[in-house]
Amino acid sequence: MRMLETLVQDKPGQWLLGLLLATSIIVPICNLLVPPDNIFHISTYSVTLIGKYLAFALLALSADLVWGYLGILSLGHGAFFALGGYAMGMYLMRQIGDRGVYGNPELPDFMVFLNWSELPWFWHGFDQFWFAVLMIILVPGVLAYVFGYLAFRSRVTGVYLSIMTQALTYALMLAFFRNEMGFGGNNGLTDFKDILGFDLREDSTRIALFLATALALAIGYIISRYIVSSRLGLACVAVRDAESRCRFVGYRVEYIKLGIFVFSAVLAGIAGALYVPQVGIINPGEFSPLNSIELIIWVAIGGRGTLYGAVVGALLVNYSKTYFTAEFPEVWLYALGAMFVLVTLFLPKGIVGLRSMRAAKA
Amino acid sequence: MKSVELIKELPQRDRVFEFLVPPEPPQLDLTHNIILYLEGLNKSFDGFKAINDLNLYIEAGELRCIIGPNGAGKSTMMDIITGKTQPDSGHAWFGQRLNLLEMDEPEIAEAGIGRKFQKPTVFENLTVMQNLELAMAQDKRLMPMLFATLSGEQRDLIAEVLGIIRLEALAKDMAGKLSHGQKQWLEIGMLLMQKPALLLVDEPVAGMTHQEMERTAELLTSLAGKHSVIVVEHDMEFVRSIARKVTVLHQGSVLAEGSMTEVQEDPRVVEVYLGE
Repeated sequence: MRMLETLVQDKPGQWLLGLLLATSIIVPICNLLVPPDNIFHISTYSVTLIGKYLAFALLALSADLVWGYLGILSLGHGAFFALGGYAMGMYLMRQIGDRGVYGNPELPDFMVFLNWSELPWFWHGFDQFWFAVLMIILVPGVLAYVFGYLAFRSRVTGVYLSIMTQALTYALMLAFFRNEMGFGGNNGLTDFKDILGFDLREDSTRIALFLATALALAIGYIISRYIVSSRLGLACVAVRDAESRCRFVGYRVEYIKLGIFVFSAVLAGIAGALYVPQVGIINPGEFSPLNSIELIIWVAIGGRGTLYGAVVGALLVNYSKTYFTAEFPEVWLYALGAMFVLVTLFLPKGIVGLRSMRAAKA
Repeated sequence: MKSVELIKELPQRDRVFEFLVPPEPPQLDLTHNIILYLEGLNKSFDGFKAINDLNLYIEAGELRCIIGPNGAGKSTMMDIITGKTQPDSGHAWFGQRLNLLEMDEPEIAEAGIGRKFQKPTVFENLTVMQNLELAMAQDKRLMPMLFATLSGEQRDLIAEVLGIIRLEALAKDMAGKLSHGQKQWLEIGMLLMQKPALLLVDEPVAGMTHQEMERTAELLTSLAGKHSVIVVEHDMEFVRSIARKVTVLHQGSVLAEGSMTEVQEDPRVVEVYLGE
């Protein structure tokens, strides 16, 4: 009930969810029912692209939750995204079965290539979808819990915390690059065939993945909105603005931070898990600190501390990225930099801040 | 020996074993009508003695003003009471049973000591009402907070406090928009929401207009009786207007104690304040 109430008060959120719903109805129709030569046809490539953007939007949402509402500038949120992606990738690898290049029914190709004779212990169970889903939630969640417990309890804040999160994702990247780790090293996991028995190359599977991502984004948004408008959300803002004051009021600041951080990491992990089957590959590059920094730029451009701003920012920046890298590849990084600078200078509240600025003028 | 006794106890099925009884935090006990005991406190920072054998007793329901020149140890004393600083030696008890030195900041706040800081720190991006809602004495664990709603009783309490601090008209405004004086009152209101037994108020009238000062004096005197209040203040005129009993701190210990007139006539106090 409370959930409905909070949504009723959230006008931009209604718009967002409405648009999301409209997209999830129109895109499948235009892809599956409209013939390819019609002007309204949407290619499967575009469907996958939009699905990818939506996964990024979910990731941006998770980052906004900790940065916008708790003031924790995590520069390593990509790590949780990649971990969720790897968990999904491992499931997809096991689904290949004996259809790999080497035809080994048990071992993924890269293990055969490395002359391994049996499956490492941490690969067991990933042939089951439910187990993979469990790991998609547990692995980022537990890592965030351990990391957050240590960091928040010792009251590490601000730029020091940002550097630590950066180090975390960098360390993971280096570790996953190693072949001996058993995650495919440099090449990562790829060559996926099917998910839950459906062929990944089929249009209908692509549409289903797209719809699942849209649904995850909608649910993620609703839960996040509920959290930030609950009393816990008020406490988050209080922690962000005056942490020590919050302690004297009697709040366990470290638990508040920990709870939201873990939830955010799980959201990021789910986003990663939805991203991987759509792009068809996961490699250690996803752990790269650059990705995490870019993610923060999405949120900043869209508008921090609003939730819908993060979604807008992620969609907009990634669309521009697709456009620029195709049309003027050498300009893209400058364009991203320029966007970031311009938004910071002229739109401190991001693009969605335009709305309140206009309202203030009127 | 303990384990032997435990094993002997185990077959007796007609009683509740001690280790099964959930630990219950001791309640504030005011049987001797003293709410705060500070005894033999010492604290030094890099050789500088901020607090030097400090002894101070506050009665229940009392309004006590603490004055003293800069560096007299007023802030350090507040820090020790609220758990921000651990003293090198000494005792600090809240009522008869609560040892403040064994508790951390949230526990002390929970037990009923509220502190207002020198610089008003309200939560600027929340409304006045939300500030009060957060400050309310309540279940502050994660899950209960996620599903918490305001009960009628809590609404009444918020309305009552809004009345006391006279900010009813601004209840829905962002706290960041309030004037300096209004922020100070909101902060006092936030303290009241915790239903504290003891209020520590640090320089409440610094930077206030004369009118605001009068209003603050009224507010603080009206709180005494229901709560014990410790006010640390520099403004002598203000102290005179509210004080019943004044303690003068100097170099980390109590120099004089008594009514404002008594204290002002004390030659040692005059010396400290006016120089030789």
